Amino acid sequence: MDFTLSLEQQMIRDAAINVLATHSDSAAVRRIIESVSAGSGYDPALWLRLGSELGWCGLMLPEDVGGSGLGTVEMVIVMEQLGRHLACVPYLSSACLAASALRHCLGAPAANPWLERLARGEVQASLAVSHNVFPAPNACCSGDRIPSISAQCDGNDFLLYGQVAQVFGATHSDWLLLIAGVTTGSGIEPALFLIDQTLSAGDARLKVRRLPTLDLTRPVAAVEFDAFRATSEQRLATGDAVAAGLERALWITGLAVAAEQLGGAQRCLDMTVTYTKERVQFGRPIASFQAVKHRCAQMMVGIEALRSMVYGAAYALDTLLRSPPAANAPADIWLDIAAARAMANEVYAFCAQEAIQLHGGLGFTWEHDPQLHLKRARASALWFGSTPETLESMAATLLDRA
Amino acid sequence: MMDAIAMPEMNTAEEQLRTEVSSWMTAHLSGKFSPLRYRGGPGDEDAFPALRKAWEQELASGNWTCVGWPKEWGGREMPIMSQVIVQEEYARAGGPGRMGHIGEGLIGPTLLAYGTDEQKHRFLPGIRGGTEFWCQGYSEPGAGSDLANVQTRAKQDKVSGDWRITGHKIWTSLAHESDWIFVLARCDPASCGNRGLIFALVPLDQPGVEIRPIRQLNGGSEFNEVFFDEACAAAQNIVGAPGQGWHIAMALLGFERGISTLGQQMQFVRELEWVIDAARANGTINDKLIRQRISRAWTGLRVMRYNALRMLSGVGQSQLQREALIYKYFWSNWHRELGELAMDVLGADANIIDAADARRTRLQNLFLFSRSDTIYAGTNEIQLNLIAERGLGMPREARG
Repeated sequence: MDFTLSLEQQMIRDAAINVLATHSDSAAVRRIIESVSAGSGYDPALWLRLGSELGWCGLMLPEDVGGSGLGTVEMVIVMEQLGRHLACVPYLSSACLAASALRHCLGAPAANPWLERLARGEVQASLAVSHNVFPAPNACCSGDRIPSISAQCDGNDFLLYGQVAQVFGATHSDWLLLIAGVTTGSGIEPALFLIDQTLSAGDARLKVRRLPTLDLTRPVAAVEFDAFRATSEQRLATGDAVAAGLERALWITGLAVAAEQLGGAQRCLDMTVTYTKERVQFGRPIASFQAVKHRCAQMMVGIEALRSMVYGAAYALDTLLRSPPAANAPADIWLDIAAARAMANEVYAFCAQEAIQLHGGLGFTWEHDPQLHLKRARASALWFGSTPETLESMAATLLDRA
Repeated sequence: MMDAIAMPEMNTAEEQLRTEVSSWMTAHLSGKFSPLRYRGGPGDEDAFPALRKAWEQELASGNWTCVGWPKEWGGREMPIMSQVIVQEEYARAGGPGRMGHIGEGLIGPTLLAYGTDEQKHRFLPGIRGGTEFWCQGYSEPGAGSDLANVQTRAKQDKVSGDWRITGHKIWTSLAHESDWIFVLARCDPASCGNRGLIFALVPLDQPGVEIRPIRQLNGGSEFNEVFFDEACAAAQNIVGAPGQGWHIAMALLGFERGISTLGQQMQFVRELEWVIDAARANGTINDKLIRQRISRAWTGLRVMRYNALRMLSGVGQSQLQREALIYKYFWSNWHRELGELAMDVLGADANIIDAADARRTRLQNLFLFSRSDTIYAGTNEIQLNLIAERGLGMPREARG
């Protein structure tokens, strides 16, 4: 396992840094979030740039659907930079979560027509699934993970009932995917549905309601179905393939969140070091005080440890994703992803808090950026892997299985 | 859990090497060497010193010492990843702590890089063959974190060219079991700080050397004080030039990182398994907080593994290795926390000594010995200074 970035990986990283430093700097982010009530909550120009120009929407998708055919490490490189810059684009929800769900629930070639359009950045998709799910192997859609949306058969169609409390990207996505539990003779079977929101707009039986949030950098919506009619054509996959595919998609997304948090934590450290070197009190830069040095050093310890964990897990996940879809996921690969997930929650929250503290009074202002990271860190600690749930799942895997 | 630590991808050559090491270890770490299994590691270095020296010779005869060294000096010129594999399989098989580790890992590479041909011929075979043992004479009562403050003096005899060493070294591990000591001393009496220092190779068995053990809080005494009273270092046994001592001493410390860390991690895996076994035995394994702490401890093992692989990936590159800067701070604090977890799992038994309960004893020792992890080889406070200064470019500490 060689952690040295290849030339291609360095180019992706450098391109990400350049584009985002220019087009997702603090001012750009604030323009988006301060227009939150009126606007969509994301930056369409930046999305176009990342999707169409840089081809990032297809980064992990196979070449035969127009993607770059790259892997988890490349995704992590991109996510780290997106997190560092708090980029207001639906990359996580569309390119990571929804695209992975389509790809792994349907498989090739069934998924291809959908993936082609996603790869081009032509459409955005979002997946309505509970955001605080980070399943242990084979726990997806099992007894304790019944989807919150139910699908009742009605002739050849389905009537969807239920809600998902917090969904990313749903207010502006073209496609709304969802996991519903279909009642069959033998129990409840998970199914993946895709609803084209451009066609269903105006149907009152599907409500997508934007929620006011503390973290303004990622719009969240409540999605509610009340006897919404979905046809059998809209049901794209069913059964074990959905359970397995959703599991893969959630693991990929969980690691993507961890990578994004890594980037955010790095930004908190960078801002803090810059500030403390400039801020003079008692006749010297406050960066020269040992207490300040040590706190920054502790941030760096957490960040570099997290970097090793996230990239290590990314290599491990790539190994898994290269193996056949039906292959049982080795528990240790899942454990690596889970470990990265839980650790990232704590490192990012720690660094955001330290950034506020070490910026002194300015840390408490709206104008300075530590507050944006504080809120993103707090919110993201619940996305696709909360710390207590993840640690307990890890313990169950490590300790309770023979 | 040990299996979970295997690398996700192994090619045939790597698998073969693993099998080669593990078979050799199974065959040789047996019979009279059986008592050495899992012994002699940090905190247990009082264990079986004579037998462990004999084991060094056993390893040497199997060509498992100094595997990364040049072939002309008895090495096998193994690439880094192969050395890592040898370390890992050695540890996995329960290989005892290496009496020869200071020779093989520190002074040997230093001589290879900076020694004269005469020094190489005189000293490298003894290290390679497991017949001559070394300890490190750096710290002094007045020169711990501030190593440049060494006061031990080296004075050259104008006639013979030999040097007379007078002073006092402290925290010298295994001095009482060693044959030679390398000493950082001051050869220019007018100098201060890291200038005017000399790096001398000194035989311990001579009238001017006295070794006194120091009792540690865990009851053992692997540390010593070494007193020098006009002890002799031969003229040809100075490494580098007089005045260049600091440079040599720092270069030696630079050889410390990387490969041996993966072997250390095998031991950490084993220790976590002991903690888990203890928790299973007394039911604390069902305690929610204990379970979370075990998951965190496991996470730390994975961090260390990937961090070490990252360090090894970067070998040879001149860029700042951030992962190398944080490594010692990370593992030492992880280990200290593991010691605390161990005692929390033991609960009321933690304070009671029961020599018949081997696991309890090991966990108690782990707790006690790990108090030193955040002190030796650079205290937490010094590590954080270094991270801030070298990693983040923050201003250096003012000196008095």
